Amino acid sequence: MKPPAFDFLRPDTQEEVLETLHRAGSDARIIAGGQSLVPMLNMRLARPGVLIDIMPLHALRAIREERGEVIVGAGVRQAEFEAWPQLAEKLPLLSQAIGWIGHVQTRARGTVCGSIAHADPSAELPLSLIALGGSVRLASRRRRRTVPAAEFFLGMMSTAIAEGEMIEAVAFPVAGRGTGHAFREIGRRHGDFAIVACAAVSDGQTTRLAVAGVDDHPRRFDLPQEDGGALDDALNDIAWSLNARDDLHASARYRRELVRRLGRETVMEARSCRS
Amino acid sequence: MPQLTARNRHRVAFRLNGRQVEALAENRMLLSDLLRHELGATGTHVGCEHGVCGACTIQVDGAPARACLILAAQIDGADVRTVEALAPQPGRLSVLQAAFREKHGLQCGFCTPGILMTLDAFLTTRPDASEAEIREHLSGHLCRCTGYATIVAAALAAVEELRKEQKENA
Repeated sequence: MKPPAFDFLRPDTQEEVLETLHRAGSDARIIAGGQSLVPMLNMRLARPGVLIDIMPLHALRAIREERGEVIVGAGVRQAEFEAWPQLAEKLPLLSQAIGWIGHVQTRARGTVCGSIAHADPSAELPLSLIALGGSVRLASRRRRRTVPAAEFFLGMMSTAIAEGEMIEAVAFPVAGRGTGHAFREIGRRHGDFAIVACAAVSDGQTTRLAVAGVDDHPRRFDLPQEDGGALDDALNDIAWSLNARDDLHASARYRRELVRRLGRETVMEARSCRS
Repeated sequence: MPQLTARNRHRVAFRLNGRQVEALAENRMLLSDLLRHELGATGTHVGCEHGVCGACTIQVDGAPARACLILAAQIDGADVRTVEALAPQPGRLSVLQAAFREKHGLQCGFCTPGILMTLDAFLTTRPDASEAEIREHLSGHLCRCTGYATIVAAALAAVEELRKEQKENA
């Protein structure tokens, strides 16, 4: 199908974006790479009155490190982030996860912040942001605010972005010394939406496990430094707490089993690769 | 601040296969439709129109991308290459195209233009590509005829040929 009709704004400044968002409210949508939004337009699941293209705004297209965080601007494409020379050193979890996002052909256009804004329950970037305890930087005409990842994802494709607000950047905390990271995913084929994806971060005291693809948004759990039966029990509790559902791709039971097994592998790998 | 209205057609200017082109497009027009219907570049095929099948894959500023997931208005000023750019001259095939012919890398051919554009971009930057990497790049394409085996064989044959050419030119 083809997109419905909409006005298209190519702004010269971010103030114009915020002004238009303020004026048009929920009738306006930001478009960056368009790899989630254009399919929704084509299928007419989204019918905005005005689309605002933020890619001409060069200030939003930078990756920079600031006070222990990597700040990724709203115009940074996934392929640019993937090619960032410091990715493996600063964000080892992302360097493992990013190759799982869609395909080469969609990462070339799609942006990091666009995936966060889209908030698909099985998406790798929201999962990674939750696992690392990052945050989302929002701007509106009136104010700027930073929302922790744990408070940002509210449900299926639902986030804390309020009317009139846009994502300016997301912030990922730089990997601490002596922490281990692991990412695992199971899908029908590489590049498909994950049935279950797991990300783990271990600092020797606790291991944090984040799970996507099961509940309606990615969720995060702290696991004690236990092994064997105690870890199995904890993972089983997590599996049952995630409101797993049956759908076309997998049964709820299969998803719970993946949380137990894939979760265990991810936790063990994160613990073993602590530097 | 240029706000383009929904009901009118607006000018889009970009490079297509090395030539500067201009066209008029509604905001809602997809690049795939702009290429085929306005510019007559029908080598780019349209399959699923939501980014899954890969048939419409082209190159934007050197990187493979889905033409059905790009609005015409987003392409202003970009450098676009389609399958029409691959043959060095009429009646001659590129190394990659010749390898597809030689290895039967296509049957019905509907998915082929997209696959060629992905592989062309990849092999240009990575002439030493491995089979695993080629398969990963092909994962963004659906082919319902070949079972992919002959496509992989064609890509590997092209890698071999490009390597030979490189040696001769060195």
